[in-house]
Amino acid sequence: MTPEDSRYAKSHEYINVEGEVGTIGITEYAQKELGDVVFVELPQVGTQLEAGDELGSIESVKAVSELFAPVGGEVIEVNERLAEKPELINTDPYGDGWMVRIKVADLSEVDELLMTAEEYDEYVETESH
Amino acid sequence: MSDEVTTLKKTPLNQLEHELGGKMVDFGGWELPVQFSGILEEHAAVREHVGLFDVSHMGELTVKGPDALALLQRATCNDVSKLENGRAQYNGLLYPTAGFVDDILVYQNASDDFFVVVNASNSDKDYEWLADAAKGMDAEVRNVSADYAQLALQGPEAERLLQPMTDVDLAPMKYYRFGTGKVDGVPAIVSRTGYTGEDGFEIYVAPSEGSRIMRKLLDAGAKPCGLGARDTLRLEAKMALYGNDIDQTTTPLEADLGWIVKVEKGDFFGRDVLQREKAEGPRRKLAGFEMVDRGIARHGYPVVDGSEEIGVVTSGTHSPTLKKAIGLAYLPLGKSAPGNEFMVLIRGKEVRARVVPTPFYKRSR
Repeated sequence: MTPEDSRYAKSHEYINVEGEVGTIGITEYAQKELGDVVFVELPQVGTQLEAGDELGSIESVKAVSELFAPVGGEVIEVNERLAEKPELINTDPYGDGWMVRIKVADLSEVDELLMTAEEYDEYVETESH
Repeated sequence: MSDEVTTLKKTPLNQLEHELGGKMVDFGGWELPVQFSGILEEHAAVREHVGLFDVSHMGELTVKGPDALALLQRATCNDVSKLENGRAQYNGLLYPTAGFVDDILVYQNASDDFFVVVNASNSDKDYEWLADAAKGMDAEVRNVSADYAQLALQGPEAERLLQPMTDVDLAPMKYYRFGTGKVDGVPAIVSRTGYTGEDGFEIYVAPSEGSRIMRKLLDAGAKPCGLGARDTLRLEAKMALYGNDIDQTTTPLEADLGWIVKVEKGDFFGRDVLQREKAEGPRRKLAGFEMVDRGIARHGYPVVDGSEEIGVVTSGTHSPTLKKAIGLAYLPLGKSAPGNEFMVLIRGKEVRARVVPTPFYKRSR
């Protein structure tokens, strides 16, 4: 199930916002499409991002895929566990497989730019057919 | 999107692969599974137990007649006269430039009767090239690709799994030998060959029998595997992939396939070029590498020395067995020896790699 407390980008990232802090990762659909993740490249803490900026990359066995910032903000934490256990992205994308935490610059972007869980599910449905 | 999918060619096992939950992709115009349960899991199954691949997209040609051997000797760089009945040989079908038309397997049924296995996307081109080369010779080339489903049963448990289903005696069959007989009651060619660096067999049967035999092998314990694992397995074993590592612009000597170049066998397409390359050394060589810095260098990424592009990565992946990033790259001859370090441009960033001895993985016998 796509968690309803998060918002979703067309490039298949989610952001779960609590207060000013947004936790970013990739969706269940995206991890399935990628297959086994073997390596993740994440930004440095302090990096300033605009919505749509490249945030990092995810290498699966078969391909590389870029991660984009769903909204603008400053990187305040990255998931260090992924360096040793990148497969967390496959096994628990919405939980232990989170990738980056940002301080969201403009909370209105969350509603303006992103989809709800329901909208995202519909979007995936149309994209995969 | 759906219009495109319906025009893809399908193997006789397509429906079964859908039922098995295969994640289907367009592979050179064929709809084939890239994975079933996951590349890492499938890869491990082949290295440790046994996996089953649908390779029915591969093409098959027959070359028959009094001049069949002479034709193959002219069109390829390895010495086909060294073959005996029941043996198979890896070989290069070459242009006069010594570039690859294709890399192929030649099976000898009799000294005037050969079965040639070719890459899927090259089968029409190979057929035309060979048929053209046969003009004026007493040899008949036929494209029989549609007559076969091909399964690759690969892994240390392959023999144990297959033997109860076939009257072909597998135990005495050595690597690169084949036999004809029955598999599950239907006529089949069984060869001890593969594209994984593991022990195993390739099985050729009539298309109508393919899915039944595939199901039997799966029921007996083989894990269904897709193109993703096939690629990581073959790369660990440093087996060339046509279109990635070799093509019409690369010679067998550049591709580090000197062992299939037999210039002393007599004249053949590309021989002059290869003799010169042997004497002078090829200007570049396909070398295996590991990443020193973090990252995965993939097909097409440039190898750079300062602002100069000095080579190119032809294959690259995460090696599930070695748990590190490996690949193949064309490098200038002077920089292709093990230990040499070079930089790969990965999405605009220079990342360090080091030439290592190959194959990356060799099974214990």
